[in-house]
Amino acid sequence: MDLLWSEDDERFRAELRAWMADALPRLPAESTREDWQARRHRDTTWQRMLHDAGYAGINWPVEFGGRGASLSEQLVFYEEITNAGAPNVGVNFVGLLHAGPTLIAEASDEQRSKHLPAILKGDEVWCQGFSEPSAGSDLASLRTRAVRDGDDYVITGQKIWTSFAQVSDYCELLVRTDPEAPKHKGITWLILPMDTPGVDVRPLKTVLGSSEFSELYLDEVRVPAVNRVGGENDGWRVAMVTFSFERGTSLVSEMVEARRQLDELVKVAKVVGRGRGTAWDDTGLRREIGHAAAELDALWNLVKRTVSEAARTGVPGVGASVVKLYYTELIQRLGDLAMRVLDRASLSLDDVYDHSGHFVEERLRVLALTIAAGSSQIQRNIIGERILGLPR
Amino acid sequence: MDFTLTSDQEALQEAVRKLCEGRFPMERVRALADVGGVDRALWRELADAGVFSLRLSENKGGAALGMAEAALVFEELGRALVPGPLVWTHLAAGLVPGAAEGETVVGGLARQEEPFLVEYPDAIDVLVAVDDDGLWEVDRSRLSARPVSWPLDPLTPVHVAGGLLRGERRGVPGDASRWRLEGTVLTAAFLLGMAAVLTELSVDYAKDRQQFDRPIGAFQAIKHLLADMFVRTEVARSAVYAAAVNLDQPAMGPPTRAVSGAKLLAGEAATINAKTATQVHGGMGFTWEVDVHLYLKRGWMLDTVFGTGDMHADTVAALLDG
Repeated sequence: MDLLWSEDDERFRAELRAWMADALPRLPAESTREDWQARRHRDTTWQRMLHDAGYAGINWPVEFGGRGASLSEQLVFYEEITNAGAPNVGVNFVGLLHAGPTLIAEASDEQRSKHLPAILKGDEVWCQGFSEPSAGSDLASLRTRAVRDGDDYVITGQKIWTSFAQVSDYCELLVRTDPEAPKHKGITWLILPMDTPGVDVRPLKTVLGSSEFSELYLDEVRVPAVNRVGGENDGWRVAMVTFSFERGTSLVSEMVEARRQLDELVKVAKVVGRGRGTAWDDTGLRREIGHAAAELDALWNLVKRTVSEAARTGVPGVGASVVKLYYTELIQRLGDLAMRVLDRASLSLDDVYDHSGHFVEERLRVLALTIAAGSSQIQRNIIGERILGLPR
Repeated sequence: MDFTLTSDQEALQEAVRKLCEGRFPMERVRALADVGGVDRALWRELADAGVFSLRLSENKGGAALGMAEAALVFEELGRALVPGPLVWTHLAAGLVPGAAEGETVVGGLARQEEPFLVEYPDAIDVLVAVDDDGLWEVDRSRLSARPVSWPLDPLTPVHVAGGLLRGERRGVPGDASRWRLEGTVLTAAFLLGMAAVLTELSVDYAKDRQQFDRPIGAFQAIKHLLADMFVRTEVARSAVYAAAVNLDQPAMGPPTRAVSGAKLLAGEAATINAKTATQVHGGMGFTWEVDVHLYLKRGWMLDTVFGTGDMHADTVAALLDG
């Protein structure tokens, strides 16, 4: 067991830091939450900058234009960009972390060469059309129909929880091509160009009062059969290729950010008045903050263990579900703890103290984390059945 | 950075597990309650396996291994619930004559933790008290100690001592703080092993026990409790291994935050898992016959040793920047 970064890792860190010091000031300013075109512009500009500097697709194989970084370099990458306040993947999330890796694993050469370089350069933004109003945790029960008509599929149905749909160019779409087959056997994975006639994007207002997600209404949408990835009715397997990936890696930058936020919380606690002192003088609060810090430290070390095991064996270990389950519940507890520090300032999403509005907003945002990408209950089933071998 | 066990570490883990399975099956562990917690012959076998000496240099009879290896060994001892002042004797190896070889059984306590409950009073040869000024060998013959007829943990007999004399100096303040850090990590490792075994015992029981014509492990109400036991253990494992490695690799920075986090999370993993195991075992979990209560009681006992969870949470909080 060795927890010191190698010389190569440290060299990579130094090089990345130097580049970011130069690059970050050239980035467009942050836009308002609801200005989706501006958000796309900023996130894709950043992606282009990463691309030109050789950092795009940090985890993608070199033969597909990625950096092909070692897993420890990937951890260093997420640590550094997050700590520097650089944008997270943002609107590039699905392209870089889900659709892209799926195309790498399963698509034809034509499909790969059309899309992969464009995703890496920030020229293509992708969204995900998986969930439906009646297919959430039980995703395989999805009902959006695709009927073959000549060289096309004709698609009718409804998708929901589609992030960044209003600014996406393509959608990774799961459709039912065989309604008679068992539910996992009749699904197909398609590339849907978002400008196809019959695609209607309706933003969905969330508890944050903003529209991170959209509903996607599909009315006789024609998609060429050449846009199919993998075989007809083989889409469930295609989608699962990268699912465990979504559970594990995508939380890494969230976790680095959480460690930073915890330090911010201590700063705020030292400013918020409580009795004759500050919230930080409250032994009970301080103890709980110390407890949460120990948990975050441990979870970060669990990420390192998981990554090390994956590097050694080539298989993502059991860590992904464990990290997803524990982190998402911990970050919600931390949100509640932050509100107890803020007390009445928790009523305002505008800053009352330096940074306080951010904590109030975060407390709302993280409510989604125990639901999205496999709810906590589904994660416990996975751990119970696949790791502990309990009967279904 | 490679946070996996080396093949040598895996071999060590395997060897100690085999030793414990052979020498410390639960019937024998239970029987140790009748001899004050320590059987001298078994104690020497632990010594021969290197449990006390493994971090000493080779010319002192050790294997020159680090805290990472010691933590793996203590995790195995915790899995088997081996009783006795294992951590104290390990810390005393090289300092108290005979400790490394298993000839001298060394007990210990922290001087600031009143009232003074001396563990394994009839088994120990030497008692060491730790305080901010250093390490002190206390003359046990001058302790006014009252035996406790009914200790919480049947495998941890205790005496209540009226007061604690200063004793003879055995170490400087630096030694004391090193003992505290190392003792905390080794105790955390022991608790980690307990947490892991409790998960396994409960999973096995839930696969076997039938109610409503199904194994109870098929019910999500039970399945989710078991999943949480596993998760708690793996989070604690990461904390414990990281703390041990931090003591071996000073370049990682000061170890105190990692060490406190390890004890806090391993203590919770062991005690919460033991309570959950009691629940999963149903009525049988409340019986003396089923082993779960022995783990629960040891967990509660060890939570008071080398700092409680509360104390360690406070330590982490005090170290936070801001």
